[in-house]
Amino acid sequence: MPMQAQDIENLIRDTFPDAKITITDLAGDGNHWAAEVIDASFKGMNRVQQQRAVYASLKGKMDGAHGELHALALTTKAPD
Amino acid sequence: MKLAPRARDTKPKDRPMTDAKEQIQKTIDSNDVVLFMKGNKAMPQCGFSSRVAGVLNFMGVDFADVNVLENTDIRQGIKDFSDWPTIPQLYIKGEFVGGCDIITEMTLNGELDQMFEAKGVAFDKAAAEKIREANA
Repeated sequence: MPMQAQDIENLIRDTFPDAKITITDLAGDGNHWAAEVIDASFKGMNRVQQQRAVYASLKGKMDGAHGELHALALTTKAPD
Repeated sequence: MKLAPRARDTKPKDRPMTDAKEQIQKTIDSNDVVLFMKGNKAMPQCGFSSRVAGVLNFMGVDFADVNVLENTDIRQGIKDFSDWPTIPQLYIKGEFVGGCDIITEMTLNGELDQMFEAKGVAFDKAAAEKIREANA
């Protein structure tokens, strides 16, 4: 069962309650998503650290062939 | 990043994950640029791997490709090693730089050029500019 935009946002929101989160369905198939996460906690972290933190918030949903989240393009940054 | 333990005198036979870790460490130690990918650089088998391999090929970067589809231990091992859930994964001079999204962003904003320059990795600057022009 593929995840819906709201499910993805909720998971990220649990870890980053004050973030600006934008979820986009890239292919219109409910299976290839893009997420932009802008959060103050990213300040001073490099992109790898930022995206690791977002992946961690997804709690294994991206894992392996049976992960519910098949494709998620991530963009992360600290607010300007 | 944590370094893998040094090679030991005796190696336990029943610990494949440790073997995978050692093998990964050895690979990134002995090659300036390593791409862990699905398929190989001549024939990528996933769009995300293809994009990163394509950028490196186009920029004329001499890189080692590791096909994770050929080795289940490495396929899982590299995810644990980098603490990163997706493939491809790019290492430059032993440092994990990122996956497809990060490499794409760094290619387009010139950060990848800067990193290659800072780390003394040869690449074709004109080709990098061409990629940016085509995506402007």
